[in-house]
Amino acid sequence: MGLIANTSVLLGKELRTEYRSRELLTMTGVFILVVLMLFSYSLDSTSGGSRPVAPGLLWLAFLFATSLMLQPCFLREQSNDTLSALRLAVSDPFAIFLAKLAANTLFLLLIELLLLPIFSIFFNISILKVYPQLAFVLLLGSLGLGVTGTALSAISAQARMRELLLPLLMLPLQTPLLIASAEATKALLEPNPVLRWDWVAILAAFDVIFFTALWLFGEHLLEE
Amino acid sequence: MAQPTIPSIGLRFEDVDKRYGGLYALRRLNLEISAGECVALAGRNGSGKTTLLRIAAQLTRPTAGRVFSTVAMGDLRSRIGFVAHATMAYDELTARENLRLFAKLQNVPEPDRRADDLLRAVGLEERKTSLVRTFSRGMRQRVAIARALLNDPPILLFDEPSTGLDPEGVTWLAGTLRTMRDEGRTILMSVHGESEIAALATRAVRLEAGRVAADTRAGANVSTILRFAEA
Repeated sequence: MGLIANTSVLLGKELRTEYRSRELLTMTGVFILVVLMLFSYSLDSTSGGSRPVAPGLLWLAFLFATSLMLQPCFLREQSNDTLSALRLAVSDPFAIFLAKLAANTLFLLLIELLLLPIFSIFFNISILKVYPQLAFVLLLGSLGLGVTGTALSAISAQARMRELLLPLLMLPLQTPLLIASAEATKALLEPNPVLRWDWVAILAAFDVIFFTALWLFGEHLLEE
Repeated sequence: MAQPTIPSIGLRFEDVDKRYGGLYALRRLNLEISAGECVALAGRNGSGKTTLLRIAAQLTRPTAGRVFSTVAMGDLRSRIGFVAHATMAYDELTARENLRLFAKLQNVPEPDRRADDLLRAVGLEERKTSLVRTFSRGMRQRVAIARALLNDPPILLFDEPSTGLDPEGVTWLAGTLRTMRDEGRTILMSVHGESEIAALATRAVRLEAGRVAADTRAGANVSTILRFAEA
């Protein structure tokens, strides 16, 4: 069975287990909502003064939520040693990462797209006209968060101070992604919105670089 | 005894060390397991049995030394049936979903049918649509054994396989292992003391502090080694 077939079987498993538990989606969605609400109240969003910082705050909320969401990603595989069973079963260990990456990105993107209208209400910003472009930036940003987060989740799951380690590793590594995503989003939320291809290119490059690194070295992250 | 029907796989451990920090789990271990042997690994807790099994399954990399197999090492992993201390099954999936998942990943022909057949064999047919998290320890162990047998493996690595099983389950497992041994599959299993499962062994190896302390193929001595393994 090839990489794609293995990945689709594993992705089905990820979606099924999440559908049954609804832990990640509920927890992450509520977390982002609460953070956005707090930011909106503390910055008096009705005056429009918060508009320049709103994209940064939005991505900061996504970043924190990702670290929360990815914490159990590989930990769940360790409780019953299912990771070993997967390693024995798959023909290419990258399928394990690919399935988790696809599931994490999908979950994150789903929550982001659902919460975007709430963000627009909280910060008094119209997003209707630029929703497709915004979705594109969110896709690239979420993919970057997913790739790096999934890899770091595999590393931290085997460490002693795992709960602390994941955000400590993630935050510095994802800073360039956070800047590019926030800048691209900011340009789309201006009175004259524009899709900044320079920031989009940085996002795409970030995704490609870390995806390739995961593909090349991912197997070593799963070893004991 | 039936004639062997399965192309067996042998293993050789050469000067294998496994260190966790400053602690040696295995120390310059040398052991050769011929194709078709049924070997009982005995020894106290912490003697290195689990580590040896995980290295054999290529789940853990030795700190030093090498492991050889009669097939290419790249192909070995897909031919192993592994039962660990943990159940290696997803709590949020049903017993049937667990087996189907691993059967599909291992490219087992007719995965649904294979899963159903094995669940019937391990006595879980009536609970096959129940989530594994609702199972007792013994039922989980039955799922673990069924999962290990999905790909009809020529080599079985079982870490205390009778853990949690009731007497009926132990008898079923002993019967299954006996059939597999007689078919010529290689079996390496860790055991504690004498039992119905351990009695199947054609060879016993006792580990002490990560080294082979005793090794015998003679029937009477197998029993002696197992009896005094934890003395």
